[in-house]
Amino acid sequence: MAQSAISMDAPQEHQHDTFKLLGFWIFLVTDCIIFACLFAVYAVLRTHTDGDLTGRELFEVKGFTAETLILLASSFTSGLASLAMHKGSKKQLLGWLTVTVLLGLSFVGLEITEFAKMASEGARISTNAFLSSFFTLVGTHGLHVSFGLIWMIGVMVQIARFGIDSLTKEKVTIVGLYWHFLDVVWIFIFTVVYLLGVM
Amino acid sequence: MGVSENHGSAKTYILGFLFSLILTAIPLWLVIQHVMSKTVLTVTILLIAVLQLIIQFFFFMHIRDGEKPRYHVMALVLGAVMVFTIVAGSIWIMTFNSQVH
Repeated sequence: MAQSAISMDAPQEHQHDTFKLLGFWIFLVTDCIIFACLFAVYAVLRTHTDGDLTGRELFEVKGFTAETLILLASSFTSGLASLAMHKGSKKQLLGWLTVTVLLGLSFVGLEITEFAKMASEGARISTNAFLSSFFTLVGTHGLHVSFGLIWMIGVMVQIARFGIDSLTKEKVTIVGLYWHFLDVVWIFIFTVVYLLGVM
Repeated sequence: MGVSENHGSAKTYILGFLFSLILTAIPLWLVIQHVMSKTVLTVTILLIAVLQLIIQFFFFMHIRDGEKPRYHVMALVLGAVMVFTIVAGSIWIMTFNSQVH
């Protein structure tokens, strides 16, 4: 395996790294715009409940608070993972990434349970305009988290095989940025969807 | 290499996490206790959410990293303008729709 013998010290190589990171920031901006559109739709349709099944009746404070705390904690542990990486500790890096993945899995699990419970109460995506926009917005975020989990596990496998080098470092940094970004989006779902919903 | 990269320290991560927990607890408490009128409450929790976003950007995403010019910050500012236009514009224009009924 003669891979990843790339030297970070070469100036062109470094230029390349900065461009890659910039490219990912630009992706995050475009992803922000997707969520902005979904938030706009939700903001317009949230009162269109066709009489019953409003957020106040459907949202459970305990459930969405738990989801929020879990995601905040996972953002923190992914930060600790990148800290361990810069210290050069492969074991700690893999450990914190595992914790992050487990927290992410429990978040997705809670969300699926919440959706299933809502559907069993008759609140489906086709029930009213409010629920259509709710499931689209929160579901898109959930899909992002699920995709992030697969990605993070992929990066973990690579670290386990190749160790910490300039290439895997870059990958951990980028998946970490993605993970923090999803936390930012969730903060707005927590505020706009859930808190304004139960108000 | 001369790159002033700041990957943060355990201290900044812990501080960021504590801030984000506090900024989650405050709006939750405000909403459950109904301590203020609906409009004031809405504005307050939205402002707290923006604060929370700033915390994530500075403490976790190290937005100040990288060499100058910081193109990623410019991209983010452009993104913020677009997000504001889409969300505020949609809400504003759709209020005319509801006045028809």
